[in-house]
Amino acid sequence: MAIHKKSIRAKAKLKGEITEVKALIKHPMESGFRKDKETGDLVPAHFIKELKCEHNDKVVMSAIWSGGISKNPYCAFRFKGAAKGDKVKISWEDNLGHTDTRDAKVK
Amino acid sequence: MNIRRRAFLKGILATGGAMALGTTLLPQSVMAEWPTSAFDAETTEDALKALFENGASAEESDKVIIKAEDKAENGAVVPVEITANLPKVESITIFSEGNPIPLIGQFTFGENADAWVKTRIKMAESSNVVAIVKADGKLYKASKAIEVTSGGCAG
Repeated sequence: MAIHKKSIRAKAKLKGEITEVKALIKHPMESGFRKDKETGDLVPAHFIKELKCEHNDKVVMSAIWSGGISKNPYCAFRFKGAAKGDKVKISWEDNLGHTDTRDAKVK
Repeated sequence: MNIRRRAFLKGILATGGAMALGTTLLPQSVMAEWPTSAFDAETTEDALKALFENGASAEESDKVIIKAEDKAENGAVVPVEITANLPKVESITIFSEGNPIPLIGQFTFGENADAWVKTRIKMAESSNVVAIVKADGKLYKASKAIEVTSGGCAG
């Protein structure tokens, strides 16, 4: 879906043998429990359900989320075994079936 | 035979849960791993039972460390950092006990990943944040009380 293109900003930094990945995603993360301030109606749920990070086609970290993760989610995690210049692939899918994916280069 | 029966039952449960939530638009194959029953649960205990076969067995451990401010000025954005100083960590699961849906998320690690995660969560009210760590098949638990001065319209 076009509305979520380029939603992911990610950095992967190698320190010693550990790569730290920091991902920031542009997404409303509506839990379905928030009321619209003007109309008083509940804002429909719209949140990322799955986040995945892969390195060399292996899953480094995968997450399943509720709408309890803050708007514009931030997630950081660490793994071993990457070299500078490697790519890590980050992807997500939300409850409406929207997806986005992005590669970050290990620096 | 048993395995097939289980897969069949799981399929029924998954479909039933999704229909109850009105999320049948989702392709089941893609979302199969998202445990609807755990995310429907209104208490941490029920969510744990839905997530883990041994969900009632989590024991308090000082090897699980929750790093967060004692007071959160904005419940919509509460930074938390969780470390598990345990071998063979499979996953870290985070709960905010005062939320209508306590289960915030579960982070599952590949074999090369550190047992560490940092994220930002919503908190509807002052309550405990609970981290459950699955390591070598066993469950370990840590809690931290966080005072929220303005709620996060959370989920």
